[in-house]
Amino acid sequence: MTTKNPEAVLPAHGIEAPRSGRIDPKYLRSGSGSGSFEMAAWLFMRISGLALIVLIFVHLWTNLMMGDGIHQIDFGFVAGKWANPVWQFWDLVMLWLAMLHGTNGMRTIIDDYAEKDRTRVALKGILFVASAVIITLGTLVIFTFEPCLMDSSGELLDSVPAFCHDVVG
Amino acid sequence: MTQTKTGGTLYRGREGMWSWVVHRISGVGIFFFLLVHVLDTSLVRVSPEAYDAVIGAYKNPIMIVGEIGLVGGIVFHAFNGLRIILVDFWKQGTRYHRQLLWGVVGLWVITMAAFTVRHLMLFFQGA
Repeated sequence: MTTKNPEAVLPAHGIEAPRSGRIDPKYLRSGSGSGSFEMAAWLFMRISGLALIVLIFVHLWTNLMMGDGIHQIDFGFVAGKWANPVWQFWDLVMLWLAMLHGTNGMRTIIDDYAEKDRTRVALKGILFVASAVIITLGTLVIFTFEPCLMDSSGELLDSVPAFCHDVVG
Repeated sequence: MTQTKTGGTLYRGREGMWSWVVHRISGVGIFFFLLVHVLDTSLVRVSPEAYDAVIGAYKNPIMIVGEIGLVGGIVFHAFNGLRIILVDFWKQGTRYHRQLLWGVVGLWVITMAAFTVRHLMLFFQGA
């Protein structure tokens, strides 16, 4: 074994403490700029996760466990739920939190497994576009939904929920 | 010193690793279902017939089994997520992370037994 640097084998000169400024800044965790974002993302996953447990468990309970379960789900069922602003708000918050939680999780997985820069950028681009489209679409659907649909002669359709007959007459 | 026989180079992180693996796989599965689920719900803006036709697919026997799998993934992800929060924020979390995982598995078995029985009963009643 040959050594060109005598200091490397002469600890008598004293060994500097680790992280004493000799480390290339690119290897340092602090000051990289994305630190606060990653911290916020980490915290968001835990807070949104807690909220989603309540939001999704109640969603599954009312839609699949109560009443006739899976067989009750049709246009009238959705219309009946969204006639109540509480369920509109419930589904809106659930949509946003679930999509942001899921998108951040997928981002983490892409960062872990896609090693080539181009692959990573491309996959994350597809992910972010898909998420933006789904969040926008879902939000518009909740806010522009019209439960009491009528045919061309002004008669209520058969599939509308019962309360439409009281409202429209 | 006794020689230990190693099974290749597989990282054997035991409970901690396997819960991480299942958490990832269930998360990815739930994410893709969520994309589909927002799209199928959006059909209420197309027409009642379109929505009822597509949502009718969820009442097919194969999809009933799929729904049990989906809820199984959601329930595991939810309970294991609580375990992760405890490991992160509770002082004793890292010490008891294995016991917490067996708690997650136990609660998952109980929840899924109840859900599966109820879901299948409702399916056969309405079929």
